[in-house]
Amino acid sequence: MNEAIKSVKLADMPDYELVKSGTGGCAGCPSPMGLRIVGKALGPNSIMVMTPSCAVASIGVMPKSCYDVPVLNVCFASAGASAAGVSMSLDAQLKSGELTGEKPTVFTWVGDGGTYDIGFQGISAAAERNDDFIHFCYNNEAYSNTGVQRSGATPKYATTTTTPAGKSAQKKNVPLLMLEQRVAYVATASLAYPQDFYRKVMKAKSIKGFKYIELHAPCGPGWKFASSDTVTLGRLAVKSGAWLLWEGEHGKLTLNTPTKPLAEGKMPLTELEDYLKAQGRFSHVMKSPQKDAVIDEMKAEIRREMDFMLGREKL
Amino acid sequence: MSKRMDTGNAACALAVKAANVDFIAAYPITPQTTISEKLADYAAAGELSGVYLPVESEHSVMSAVAAASAAGSRTFTATSSQGLLYMHEILHFAAGGRLPVVMVNVNRAVCAPWCLYADHQDSVSQRDTGWLQFHCASHQEIYDTVFLAYKVAEKVRIPAMINYDGFLLSHSMLPFDTLDQETINRFLPPYRPDWKLHPQWGGTFGNVAAAAEYSAYRNTLAEDTLKAADVIEEEARAYKDLTGRWHGGMIDVQGPQDSDVFLMSMGSMSAEMSLVAEALQAQGIKAANLKVRVYRPFPGAALRQALPQNAKLLVFDRNLAYGHEGGALLMEARSVFYDSGKAVKIAGASVGIGGVDLPAAMLTEKALALLEGLK
Ligand SMILES: Cc1ncc(C[n+]2csc(CCOP(=O)(O)OP(=O)(O)O)c2C)c(N)n1
Ligand SMILES: [Mg+2]
Repeated sequence: MNEAIKSVKLADMPDYELVKSGTGGCAGCPSPMGLRIVGKALGPNSIMVMTPSCAVASIGVMPKSCYDVPVLNVCFASAGASAAGVSMSLDAQLKSGELTGEKPTVFTWVGDGGTYDIGFQGISAAAERNDDFIHFCYNNEAYSNTGVQRSGATPKYATTTTTPAGKSAQKKNVPLLMLEQRVAYVATASLAYPQDFYRKVMKAKSIKGFKYIELHAPCGPGWKFASSDTVTLGRLAVKSGAWLLWEGEHGKLTLNTPTKPLAEGKMPLTELEDYLKAQGRFSHVMKSPQKDAVIDEMKAEIRREMDFMLGREKL
Repeated sequence: MSKRMDTGNAACALAVKAANVDFIAAYPITPQTTISEKLADYAAAGELSGVYLPVESEHSVMSAVAAASAAGSRTFTATSSQGLLYMHEILHFAAGGRLPVVMVNVNRAVCAPWCLYADHQDSVSQRDTGWLQFHCASHQEIYDTVFLAYKVAEKVRIPAMINYDGFLLSHSMLPFDTLDQETINRFLPPYRPDWKLHPQWGGTFGNVAAAAEYSAYRNTLAEDTLKAADVIEEEARAYKDLTGRWHGGMIDVQGPQDSDVFLMSMGSMSAEMSLVAEALQAQGIKAANLKVRVYRPFPGAALRQALPQNAKLLVFDRNLAYGHEGGALLMEARSVFYDSGKAVKIAGASVGIGGVDLPAAMLTEKALALLEGLK
């Protein structure tokens, strides 16, 4: 699978820029970085649906917008239903002849808060109905916009402003839930692997129905690392196994490079500690007398997940 | 035109089918459910011009219809009670976004405790969301108000809620007349907005606004909602000219216009109230029924114009304004006549909460008691 859409070098991606200069995002923000790749893959004939998040807070003040495509800014729990509403409205108007030409690609750009927590019901329902749009979750593992509070995607032990002693619960795995909803297409992606991300967006664009792509999006101010290190953090997450790259179609799973060789032991995992110590939100772990035990627990969880996914791939 | 004998919800679904609606989203709740089911039947049979999206909650219903409206569709949904409360956040969004969504709310009491029967607490609780609110007193009025609501909503770019009482109207069988498609199309042509959320039009919708721009948008909505009263009067008259049907403009005064006593209410109660007016007349009291057809915008100008000097206004609310004596209508009626230059004596009561039956005899007694208190 996935052979139809070939890998494209960064230099060969279209010149089109979805994010105009002047976005209000922080230096090193993963959201505009991700959206640039999305724009290159989808092109200007697109409609974006957004929920409250850093990506909206940085859009610019009305009537200006830093995004080149039409944007519908909806309420926090609305992404799934609103994107479905836009997409079905377009279908109806194309059918009646009220609109002509190619159907614009409808996509959402929503944080982990809007996806894992408050908006989950609507997104899961859109997935179940197989509504025709791409849901993007840019996962910075917290509610960054409101000052970095915990979300269902915050990993265990990470500090946020509402888990000052470190989170005690495990994060959810929404991409896996989407795989088990057997959606038309689901993929995880990383800013450190832009070609892989681009290919996945192109793939999603080529499929009618519900598509889910989750982009791991390290957040400097939230995770406490320098603004120049966003991509480095993303790469460390993948190489240490803290973030897995894979895709699935109608429940059929494929692990991607380098996650697959890492999981199979054909490539050595980067030390998890290198990933943890490159950011501040785990610094209490690094200073703790239980440091080794905690890191062992985290590694065991990564191993469990890799084994699970290797087995799941065989189904 | 043909005569039908059916439920209020069936009248509603027939009108929606005929109204060139492009997009419907729905979620079940008693007593609205049979509207959504009927529309699903029409969609399955290919009798609907538009598409039908069965979503998983009312928050999603309103999120979907608001988005489809922004994308250029004429949209419809129906709800009741908890469903309407659950939409609250997106009701503000739709009005702020000037999206002419039309929704039927089949009035029902709100929880706790659970109660399936009619009162207006659900819609009155949404008073300040920026929606137009119509109330109907008969099946015929339900059918006709669907077309009027679209016409007005699209003209003033403000969403409209059509209310009618659960079970009393939604499930009772009564005769009503439909209209032929040609007449409907003449009154309500297909929706052609001048802007759509689409790359061909460009632009952005609902992003962050600075205080000055934000207040300008919202103040304009407030002004345009008041101005909508004239549009409603005008379109109701245009509908009458075309079809001969009249349910009032903002209000409908039934009985002598120079009455001493006016009996004000909204919803199905205002049908019962004409019997009360007759009962008072039989006792030598000059009384008229005053039906509030539109609750938002509030018919202030219409009331000030309709009531003669020194009239007595008896207000019957089917809602409770907690922490205040009397209900929402009473409160607003008082504010309309305060400093108006018209000496009007006002009294009122909240009745029929949770669907408590409102026979004319009981309402007559209540009216006489209120009049006694005004002496
Ligand atoms: C109903 C509602 N509750 C709370 C908020 C406040 N709020 C705005 S953005 C946000 C967090 C967004 O988190 P996420 O979706 O992860 O995006 P990020 O800020 O991380 O980019 C919250 C809680 C809101 N806008 N609406
Ligand atoms: Mg987030």
